[in-house]
Amino acid sequence: MPTTQRPAAPGRTPQILTFTLNGRVATFPVEPAVTLLDLLRERAGLTGTKKGCDRGQCGACTVLVNGRRTLSCLALALAHAGDEITTIEGLAADGKLHSVQRAFVEHDAFQCGFCTPGQIVSAVALIAEGRVRTDDEIREAMSGNICRCGAYPNIVAAIAAARDAG
Amino acid sequence: MRAFDFVVADSASAARTLVREVPGARFYAGGTTLVDLMKADVERPARVVDISRLPLTAVERRGDVVRIGALARNSDVAYAPLVVEHFPAVSQALLSGASGQIRNAATIGGNLLQRTRCSYFRETRWRCNKREPGSGCDALDGFNRGHALLGTSEACIATYPGDLAVALTALEAHVVIEGDRGERTIALSEFYRLPGDRPERETSLAEGDLITAVELRVDPMYARSHYLKVRDRASYEFALVSVACALRIDGGRVAGARLALGGVATVPWRARAAEELLTGREPGDAAYHDTAERALDGARPRAHNAFKVELARRSIVRALRTVAEGAA
Repeated sequence: MPTTQRPAAPGRTPQILTFTLNGRVATFPVEPAVTLLDLLRERAGLTGTKKGCDRGQCGACTVLVNGRRTLSCLALALAHAGDEITTIEGLAADGKLHSVQRAFVEHDAFQCGFCTPGQIVSAVALIAEGRVRTDDEIREAMSGNICRCGAYPNIVAAIAAARDAG
Repeated sequence: MRAFDFVVADSASAARTLVREVPGARFYAGGTTLVDLMKADVERPARVVDISRLPLTAVERRGDVVRIGALARNSDVAYAPLVVEHFPAVSQALLSGASGQIRNAATIGGNLLQRTRCSYFRETRWRCNKREPGSGCDALDGFNRGHALLGTSEACIATYPGDLAVALTALEAHVVIEGDRGERTIALSEFYRLPGDRPERETSLAEGDLITAVELRVDPMYARSHYLKVRDRASYEFALVSVACALRIDGGRVAGARLALGGVATVPWRARAAEELLTGREPGDAAYHDTAERALDGARPRAHNAFKVELARRSIVRALRTVAEGAA
């Protein structure tokens, strides 16, 4: 008896996604339900971007999309064809830490470190946005990044220092 | 997430066709609320139509109207000079919503279509008439501290959670919609539906309708507007109460007033009777207190949210004071 083959459900069929990842062109077959976060961690092997709440509440999954900070857990990967994605792994250049990464080290701006990649990526974009002057403005603008260790005072100090260092 | 079909639309009309082909299909712009609710298994679209690349992002002035493209990002609109100058309450409302990351992804049209939702809607183990029509509402006698006082029904007491639409309602914005019979424009005050016995229907949109823009009329009164948001923490939190207001003061009298409330009603709540009461009065706390009293007329608190009645009154007084100082 011949077996009948069910057609693949469209929703499970991968589509080819091409985008720029940390400065290099990357191509992956991706199913529709894959978030940008899962693509980065599970397919691209870039585990620096963290999965905290996976619901857009904690900021641990923050990445840059075309230079703007955004949450990779609330984005479908396939919606980012052609975009430039930068993760925490893409900040250091030529073996040297990014100035914000250095500032976080110098100011001891973390304890367990789980939220730190999201904090740093968010801070890099925040400084580029160029709108925060006071510490209160930094706190307000960083409110999308939760730190359960409570390292906030040093995070604010690190961001202010990196901003002032230009 | 359940499996779904993903297609990219290259025009507004293609997007509408793609959505109408599959019952329950959804447009995808920023994704911030849709993906969240899909993960919660509350939204279960069989198809997602990506409209995020459509050229609907401009913020531009046409005569005395400022037109904001539906796919303009919240953060871009919040800092757009036309918006900051002519509609400060809109800029303030946008910046008080969500976080920097979410504002960079979220769009104006998507923001207007975020679901009116409460924690019982988000959790599939509870009964919810909005999620499963006719199943009942566990919020009525549940933990309803955040729920609505105004515009409620026995079927639903979920609070409209957004900020932008509250400011847009006060400033009498219109929504531009592309539908089966071409383009139409409707007042935002006609856009949201009270829950009644059909809480699953939140707007007057028909299947396949696509919001293409929001329009605001330039008016000196709107340029003296303000958005006040009161919440449990200073940032990244929904409103317990929010107030959008605008005042025109002329010859020591209030010559025009606009007032809308968020966080306390099932839709962005325009307080027309309170506006009328304030108009013609001498600006000051006596008039503001009367206005606040009138705005909460008909409030029906539940077991845990009665505190919001007084909180709303005080917030209205404070917001009116703030805008009057700027408008005097």
